[in-house]
Amino acid sequence: MRLTLHIWRQKNGADAGGFVSYPREDVSPDMSFLEMLDVLNEELIEAGEEPVAFDHDCREGICGACGVVISGSAHGPEPGTATCQLHMRKFKDGDEIRVEPFRSRAFPIFKDLVVDRSPLDAIIQAGGYISVNTGSAPEANLTLVPRADAERAMDAAECIGCGACVAQCPNGAGQLFTAAKVSHLAQLPQGQPERATRAGAMVAVMEGYFGSCSNFAECEAVCPKGISIDFIAQMNREYLRSRFK
Amino acid sequence: MNLDARVPAGPLTEKWTKHKFELKLVNPANKRKFSVIVVGSGLAGASAAASLGELGYHVDCFCYQDSARRAHSISAQGGINAAKNYQNDGDSIWRLFYDTVKGGDFRSREANVHRLAEVSVNIIDQCVAQGVPFAREYGGGLANRSFGGAQVSRTFYARGQTGQQLQLSAYQALARQVAAGMVRMHTKTEMLDLVVEDGRARGIVTRDLTNGEIASWSADAVVLATGGYANVFFLSTNAKGCNATAIWRAYRRGALFANPCYTQIHPTCIPQHGDYQSKLTLMSESLRNDGRIWVPKTAGDSRSADQIPESERDYYLERRYPAFGNLVPRDIASRAARIVCDQGLGVGHGGRGVYLDFADAIGRLGKASVEAKYGNLFEMYERITGEDPYRVPMRIYPAPHYTMGGLWVDYDLMSTIPGLFVIGEANFSDHGANRLGASALMQGLADGYFVLPYTIGNYLAPRMGEEPLATDHPAFKDVENRVEERFAKLLAVNGKRTVDSLHRELGKICEDYCGMSRDREGLAGAIGKIQALREEYWQNVRVPGAAQDLNQSLEKAGRVADYFELAELMCRDALDREESCGTHFREEYQTEEGEALRNDDDYTYVAAWQWTGEGAEPRLHKEDLEFEYVPPTQRSYK
Repeated sequence: MRLTLHIWRQKNGADAGGFVSYPREDVSPDMSFLEMLDVLNEELIEAGEEPVAFDHDCREGICGACGVVISGSAHGPEPGTATCQLHMRKFKDGDEIRVEPFRSRAFPIFKDLVVDRSPLDAIIQAGGYISVNTGSAPEANLTLVPRADAERAMDAAECIGCGACVAQCPNGAGQLFTAAKVSHLAQLPQGQPERATRAGAMVAVMEGYFGSCSNFAECEAVCPKGISIDFIAQMNREYLRSRFK
Repeated sequence: MNLDARVPAGPLTEKWTKHKFELKLVNPANKRKFSVIVVGSGLAGASAAASLGELGYHVDCFCYQDSARRAHSISAQGGINAAKNYQNDGDSIWRLFYDTVKGGDFRSREANVHRLAEVSVNIIDQCVAQGVPFAREYGGGLANRSFGGAQVSRTFYARGQTGQQLQLSAYQALARQVAAGMVRMHTKTEMLDLVVEDGRARGIVTRDLTNGEIASWSADAVVLATGGYANVFFLSTNAKGCNATAIWRAYRRGALFANPCYTQIHPTCIPQHGDYQSKLTLMSESLRNDGRIWVPKTAGDSRSADQIPESERDYYLERRYPAFGNLVPRDIASRAARIVCDQGLGVGHGGRGVYLDFADAIGRLGKASVEAKYGNLFEMYERITGEDPYRVPMRIYPAPHYTMGGLWVDYDLMSTIPGLFVIGEANFSDHGANRLGASALMQGLADGYFVLPYTIGNYLAPRMGEEPLATDHPAFKDVENRVEERFAKLLAVNGKRTVDSLHRELGKICEDYCGMSRDREGLAGAIGKIQALREEYWQNVRVPGAAQDLNQSLEKAGRVADYFELAELMCRDALDREESCGTHFREEYQTEEGEALRNDDDYTYVAAWQWTGEGAEPRLHKEDLEFEYVPPTQRSYK
């Protein structure tokens, strides 16, 4: 395949940055998008240039490290797919592809396509856990969990924390990520004691970093794990509950 | 060197309980006077850092990822073992212990394995209490499935994302301690060397990956939880960033490296498809519960799978191992796949693949049921290969996956450098020469939640009142200088070849000569090849950019330089071990049926290697293993 890549290059947070075009010949349709970037980088290094910096790690679609906006869509055109699992067979010969970092005020750029997503950790630190000390847990089957509840908790827990939801939202909202965690724990008996304080604290920290949710649902459309915006509704209920507790 | 594993005396089943009582304690009010460095934030590192924080120690936790949630434990899919006997199928701590010792081909330490089986039960309790959404039965109890190497159903799972859910729960426990001010988290920070002064581990030197800043960190003890080194093969199932630098630098500073040649080649991976490929993707072993593995009976049969009638298929695992069938342990399944491919029966790209067929399962259970069990794995396969595994059989081939070797540790998980603890995949313990499925998650969490938090106190207690070494001490400055010099040297080579191209070549040597099978001649030759390529690396590598910048090429260059040294040690260890055991299959030593042939008289030991200096041959030390409770037998899964 022949393609033209327009990749965002930015030396560091202080640099203005801009697109640089890289025409590509002989792209194999079996390559993943990141492998295509690997090959480009090998050529750049051999030519004495600096390779494109991008974040990635497991390349199995689960660690959540990778993520770029590809022609306007976070993680690219294939629904329910992280960038590392996107293959070039999803593109057409002659395509022009724009590659840029996840953009959000909350995610400052380190370099090229690498951004700082630490506000997502700050949200978890605000209460996205169950306070149980190691070694003090009761026998696991003493707490029965209806199968449907466990399944719904798992639907939310699948979030990989990549930040695509933030990047795609016109308001740069962090609602889908936060909702996934709030809903996961609110769904389980173990999460009940801290249910209200958790939702209140996590939403407060989220609002400190991110924009507001206006129900565009763009987040759901690009989420590589298909996390449903129903969880945002659930988070809103959990949050209201926390206000009246 | 006296290699004392310090295994407690007394009956096996009482060792850990007795030892816990005998370990010295640090008074709760004094714990805050101690500081601990934890490097790595996967299952072992995150659970250890969280548990130590809960206890009251000051913890600094480091990871190279941008969040502790992204450690590679997250990619483990299948499940975690625990001897709960919820199925009433005869499981017990003793059986899990037995299966693990046998699965490891009698090359692990009995006392450690028994402890692992004991605490497996607590791990499930702990994770459930933390909110891990494990699969449930309709009655609300926990569900189980079976895994390779066992005939009971003891594997707990959360869809195909068990590792992810366990990792997230450990990460959340860690986040709780970060919020409480007990743990300082340092993300995008890589450990580059260990500081040893007066014979003890005193701290580490790191590089901030966002700006290249080199920094020193001092503590009363250092814990390495940095995972395995399968990326030495270049193509492996490991995340791209996984590396051996932390354990390798510790080895060069005096920690012994045990059993480096034991690498598990996982049988259930998606086959390689091109020269540009960056890594191999693992499909969960749980697929072998319902998938049937076969190849055509005739070499060169190029018909599509659906055109090959039953009578012309060889279900070679079911044929050779009727008792375990497709659920034989990983080393056996991997080798069997290689053998049929060597015979020209392989399918797909380059004839390096075998079918994993779900047609029977779909016929028996219905597509919906298969989808409920394995849906996300099928989807992942479809995405990578462009084929629909509900209609055509998957193709799989073995790939380097998990390394059982690692830094040598005693029963307390302490290395031969006092104050340096090593946990999870980074140490050598518990799995012997082969690891059974669903037990890596178990060991990571066992070490981090239930072993290290006890044993580290025993080291710290007598050191009450001692101050950690100041980071402006010459010992720290010296290590900082060496780290900076090494990077300057790599940047200055300015040769013609990229780091990746040289790493690929190194990986090919390791795969060809120290992979699924090895022989004397090949290994001896490989050592020379690796040395020559290492020479070329330092003469001809090209690393662009600067040290004081986010520089991913430089990160890789340092890691690969260490792999060159580690690869050589792997081959030396494999050459020295003149027997076949577990994943170490020496062609010269096999039974008439082609199974691994151990030599218990001469090789029932842990091979622990000592660094003796640049260019010098490492020295071998041996920890003799005793099998008091599970007498070694020829492993049979027939």
